[in-house]
Amino acid sequence: MAETPPIEAGRSQKASRSLTGDTSGVRVVASSVTLRQRFQDLMRYRELLGALVRSEIKVKYKNSALGIAWTMVAPAVQLAIFGVVFGIFLSNGIPDYLIYIASGLLVWTFFSTSLIGGTGVIVGRAGIVKKVSFPREILSIATVGSQAFYLMLQWSVLALFMLLMRHAPDWSALPLVLVGFATTLLYAVALAVLLSAVNVYFRDTQHLIEIFVQIWFWMTPIVYTYQHNIHDRAVGKWFDFVNWLYLCNPMTPVILAFERAIYGRVTVTNTLTHQPFDVLPRWPLLTFYELLLGTFLVGLLLLAFAVRVFSRLEGNFAEEL
Amino acid sequence: MENAVVVDNVAKRFRLYKDKHRSVKERVLHPGKVDYHELWALNGVDFDVPKGTTVGILGHNGSGKSTLLKTICGVLQPTSGEVRVRGKLAGLLELGAGFEPELSGRDNVYLNGTMLGLRRNEIDAVFDEIVAFSELEQFIDTQVKFYSSGMYIRLGFAVAVNVDPEILVIDEVLAVGDERFQRKCLDRIKQFQADGRTIIFVSQSPEQVRSICDQVVVLHHGEMVFHGEPSEGIRIFRERLNESDDGPVGASVVDGDVVQGTDVVVAPPMKFVRVTAGAPGTGGPVATHGAAEFSLEIQSEIDVPEVLVTLELISPLGIELSKVRSDELGLAFSLHEGVNSFIFSIDSLPFLDGRHQVNVGLSTPGEGGLFVWFEQAAILEVTYAGKSEGLVDLEIEGRSA
Repeated sequence: MAETPPIEAGRSQKASRSLTGDTSGVRVVASSVTLRQRFQDLMRYRELLGALVRSEIKVKYKNSALGIAWTMVAPAVQLAIFGVVFGIFLSNGIPDYLIYIASGLLVWTFFSTSLIGGTGVIVGRAGIVKKVSFPREILSIATVGSQAFYLMLQWSVLALFMLLMRHAPDWSALPLVLVGFATTLLYAVALAVLLSAVNVYFRDTQHLIEIFVQIWFWMTPIVYTYQHNIHDRAVGKWFDFVNWLYLCNPMTPVILAFERAIYGRVTVTNTLTHQPFDVLPRWPLLTFYELLLGTFLVGLLLLAFAVRVFSRLEGNFAEEL
Repeated sequence: MENAVVVDNVAKRFRLYKDKHRSVKERVLHPGKVDYHELWALNGVDFDVPKGTTVGILGHNGSGKSTLLKTICGVLQPTSGEVRVRGKLAGLLELGAGFEPELSGRDNVYLNGTMLGLRRNEIDAVFDEIVAFSELEQFIDTQVKFYSSGMYIRLGFAVAVNVDPEILVIDEVLAVGDERFQRKCLDRIKQFQADGRTIIFVSQSPEQVRSICDQVVVLHHGEMVFHGEPSEGIRIFRERLNESDDGPVGASVVDGDVVQGTDVVVAPPMKFVRVTAGAPGTGGPVATHGAAEFSLEIQSEIDVPEVLVTLELISPLGIELSKVRSDELGLAFSLHEGVNSFIFSIDSLPFLDGRHQVNVGLSTPGEGGLFVWFEQAAILEVTYAGKSEGLVDLEIEGRSA
């Protein structure tokens, strides 16, 4: 199959017929657009992002009796289950285990639902994609945006809960929450953009990601502890490698940072043995920031890659859907 | 003059898959076995739209009109070439595309407006105007899913024309809505033209194109076959339309060679030299239910024992009203060397007023026979004093029973 169309050569007189004057405000529709142009287009449509997030939130709970309260139910049930199973049946001895798990689980739920929701969004909104022109990444980003809104609600409830339990966070480590959230947001956006485009061509992506997210969940120290279950076992060369590999999971530094700030205890007394033990690494706070910064920078590369792939695949969206 | 839109040698290839394997399993099971054929929906389309002009795009179904429009709007990317657009462009590929049925009309105005590139405060400024134009004051806080299709379209058009675009791209949207609203939309479009804005307009209706466009682009199987004056463009569009519908009709086939027939086609050994249509004797306009006569003069270089003469009448709106062939009428014609004259006549012409197009053809029976076609051979002018509407006056009578 020929890549170049069968047209007589010399018909394109690009230079002679370009739009006169300054080129600002000129939109070019072509098979490839530079990454910079791409980000500029995204910036120009940021108001649409807000409008899409608002409409998504409004639509989701429009006709339900409990409305927005439903966003609390799923994480609350999950928390209760883990609390009963690992706090009582298979007790791991972590005091205030519910708060330990909530500090990681809420942000993880934000991340995983963003991925799953974002993956399907281009296919799901084919009607718009085929008829209206705007940077389509905005659809994927808007999914992440609405999930971020729910996360804020859940965090407010968690704050209330902590107040009731009289469990204070580590105030000095609290800025970690901001950096950690920024990193999670970056990865959620990058992966949602990437996967939503791939899903148009391979519809299996939607199903694969759901399974992958489950595996990823257990590869991240949310339910168990990194320090006790991974680090302390990682002795010897082979285990060092495992430890290193484990820390390569971008969600590990993020979750550790959240636990460090919100749960806020490094060494606790085991509720079963009454012996002191480490729930979190005894790193200085700077190490957490360094790990997050490294993860963030890798995330930026991932985002650039995702937007690049998206813009390459986008050209055929309207035909494939 | 400055160009608002430059379509620079745009080509678009579609792959039409016979049976698309989308899942990984199928891709693994059938590696490399992707069955498709290619279709160049657009090929080397190249034209400029100067600022402030209205360009109509004409083409039959499948000619690439919608693909071109989607490319200009940026919904599709061209396979090669590019489109450059200066200024804010609002595309009306489908009215109300992007409406969220669960949300109210008010929320949808904001959603749709931002989608078309407006800022929130800019929408605030034109919100009342949008509501007034759509005439949906009472229903603006109702969920859009309860709207009738007419209300849906009205709101969509109202948003689109109020986003204050410098370039408006419209795809056959005026074919919907009731007549009054259509007229309102047309008035709005004329207002746009008066403001010096650029409009790109796709329509199946040559009449609509004639009434509002300064320029016409005619597409045929993805290629641009014409760019220029509307009247000439409409003529070429009609011709191509016939061509694609009826195969060789509209073209002259001589010994297997297709000759595009727009004028008197010199197709030896015979040709039409003069065709007139009108009232018998005078050749002037015919009143409805009056007599009409069509006279055909054919020059032949040889004697032909049997010829078939075809007469086709087209209404002013391009509808085929009647097509007859001499043998079907029980007439046997032959040609002798020199000029031959034939006359078709009608005692009582039922057509209503307007300029009817007369097409004539000449063929010899049997396969591989000669064929000469003369498109727009003559114009039959009809005048009508009655009150009926439609294409014909049937002289309907009534009584109480």
